[in-house]
Amino acid sequence: MHPDQLASLALTLLTTVALLVVISVGLAVIFGMMRIINLAHGEFLMLGAFATLSGVRAGLSLWLAMPVAALVVGAFGLVVERLLIRRLYGRLADTMLATWGLSLILVQAVVLLYGPATNGIPTPLSSFELGRYSVSEYSLVLIGAGLLLPTLVWLVLTRTRYGVMARAATQLPEMAAAVGVNTSRMNMWSFAFGSALAGAGGALLAPLAGVVPSMGQAYIARAFMTVIVGGPQVITGTVAASGVLGGIEHAVSYLTTPFLGQGALLFAAVVLLRVLPRGLTGRRR
Amino acid sequence: MIALAALVVAGCSGGSGGTAAKDQGDIVVGSVLDQTGPLNIYGKAMTDATNLAIKDINDSGGLLGRKLKLVSYDAQSANDKYTQYANQLAVQDHAVVIMGGITSASREAIRPIMDRNRVLYFYNEQYEGGVCDKNVFNTGVVPSQQLATLIPWAIKNLGPKLYVLAADYNYGHISADWVKKYAGQSGGQVIGTDFIPLDVSEFGSTINKLQGARPDAVVSLLVGGNHIAFYRQFASAGLGTSMKIVSPTLGLGNEQVVLSPRESKDIVVAYPYFQELDNPENQQFVQRWHAAYGDDYPYVTDSAATVWEGWHLWAEAVKKAGTTQRDKVIEALESGLTFAGPEGTVKLDGPSHHLVHAVHLARTNDQKGFTIIGSQEAVPPSYEQSTCDLIKNPNTNQQFTPAA
Repeated sequence: MHPDQLASLALTLLTTVALLVVISVGLAVIFGMMRIINLAHGEFLMLGAFATLSGVRAGLSLWLAMPVAALVVGAFGLVVERLLIRRLYGRLADTMLATWGLSLILVQAVVLLYGPATNGIPTPLSSFELGRYSVSEYSLVLIGAGLLLPTLVWLVLTRTRYGVMARAATQLPEMAAAVGVNTSRMNMWSFAFGSALAGAGGALLAPLAGVVPSMGQAYIARAFMTVIVGGPQVITGTVAASGVLGGIEHAVSYLTTPFLGQGALLFAAVVLLRVLPRGLTGRRR
Repeated sequence: MIALAALVVAGCSGGSGGTAAKDQGDIVVGSVLDQTGPLNIYGKAMTDATNLAIKDINDSGGLLGRKLKLVSYDAQSANDKYTQYANQLAVQDHAVVIMGGITSASREAIRPIMDRNRVLYFYNEQYEGGVCDKNVFNTGVVPSQQLATLIPWAIKNLGPKLYVLAADYNYGHISADWVKKYAGQSGGQVIGTDFIPLDVSEFGSTINKLQGARPDAVVSLLVGGNHIAFYRQFASAGLGTSMKIVSPTLGLGNEQVVLSPRESKDIVVAYPYFQELDNPENQQFVQRWHAAYGDDYPYVTDSAATVWEGWHLWAEAVKKAGTTQRDKVIEALESGLTFAGPEGTVKLDGPSHHLVHAVHLARTNDQKGFTIIGSQEAVPPSYEQSTCDLIKNPNTNQQFTPAA
């Protein structure tokens, strides 16, 4: 293999991994940390993409529209938590049903608002040469985001007062409440934080793929797979699982077909969970 | 529960419907298309064309002194919805003709239902060819018209080495065989083929492979909203300078409208219909379309024109037969009907149940449309004609495919 081929292959592999990180990191907070099975996660990504689209259409630059979209979806998540999720903590099956219903409503609402058509934002930036290969500059942005977002989550959860209290509120709610943490408020902010991260993921996807109300379905399974394989250490777990699953998917897609690549991802997830039932970062029993 | 079954009722408000109205009242006709989901990129224009065609037939007096009443369903890009609604149209709504299906997978899902219920069925979309079924009329362009024009053009003008990217279902697989066959006949060669599942929207590994293989042209048989991402990622990786794309599907879903002109630059396609066609029927058609759906309608697709032709050919056959009864209408349809549509005059080839189409080659332009670069009039569906004669062998019921 020539060095330029290897370099370009490595870059696209990193892009695939980064994409998995980006679509999963919001779910890592909501499902991994808070243990809420949010079946509307795909639709939160979709909302992020549509919010970005609206921002760009309203004249914002793409780079500004993206963080704005994340904030918009975060605010939306806050409302959802207050109206819906708040009443369902600890009720696993009910949460699943409620968020699944929410996902259907969101898809239809966006169809009504924006129409069912596929919209698009052209990929920004251009490409650069790597020997005989050329690579999209936007893939570097994705790789950067794949590093930045987990770092941000780590900083927020370990280095801020909110982060410590939020983790306490989800891990030992009674104890946290006993020492004066307003757990209900903490959960509200955590859900909003996870939603904003999902919004950011959708915003980053928008210039890569078609922006369409049904786009969430294409990502939700992989996001759950990544977080579950990642295990209890939500940040390192999500990044590690993205690396393993994304790496396998990309390598198999490249050597055979994208169909087998998807199959290999699923197969790897099943085998990993069979061998490590608590995920990559779970303690061996 | 989430039934989005948009019940569109066109025409007059005649109170009948249901089983009793066999010979008086409105004529119930059915349509099932994807109005939402990833396949709606095709379904939107096809649904609009359906409504416009029914309105047009009703405005010019209806059929046999009666109005048409359209019952239409949204299959939401799901094949199980197709079978459900096709059954409903045949059994509950008692439609005398059903038009619809977009992907070949959806067509094959509902074709047996129409056959079983003996309801006349029109499939109005470009496809991989070869369907031979007395009950079915295929008005879309087929490979012996479309790929037989596009592939030799690509080999002559771009180079002999082709790389095929195909949607991973029956359309993509059979069409990939056709590409191989036509490439071989014109002295070219398919150096790689990748099948892409419909829900894939990341093409990183595909783009790596293309850069490794260095074909002269990429033949894109990609389908649906998710696959639009390929053109975007192809352009963003800067591949457009070293290889060109030709496609028998790009444009059917208005990909050139969703993509920026920079991303859809220099892609060559072949269809019987383009909005830009310069003939009086088409000018009138586009005018009427804009009057109904607004001047800012993105682009009237080949699929829309095909749907329009399907409904009008059926209407002509009903007029000729003097009844909506299936066997009589089939006989009329097989009698060599012609229709002056937006693409020019099309002729229905009786024995094969396919259309003789004009085929134009065109290149994407910077106005989110196409510039026509070559035209061929009256191209017969030669493969279907060579394999399928439903007048002589009315009991044939299969899809012929090229031996790969």
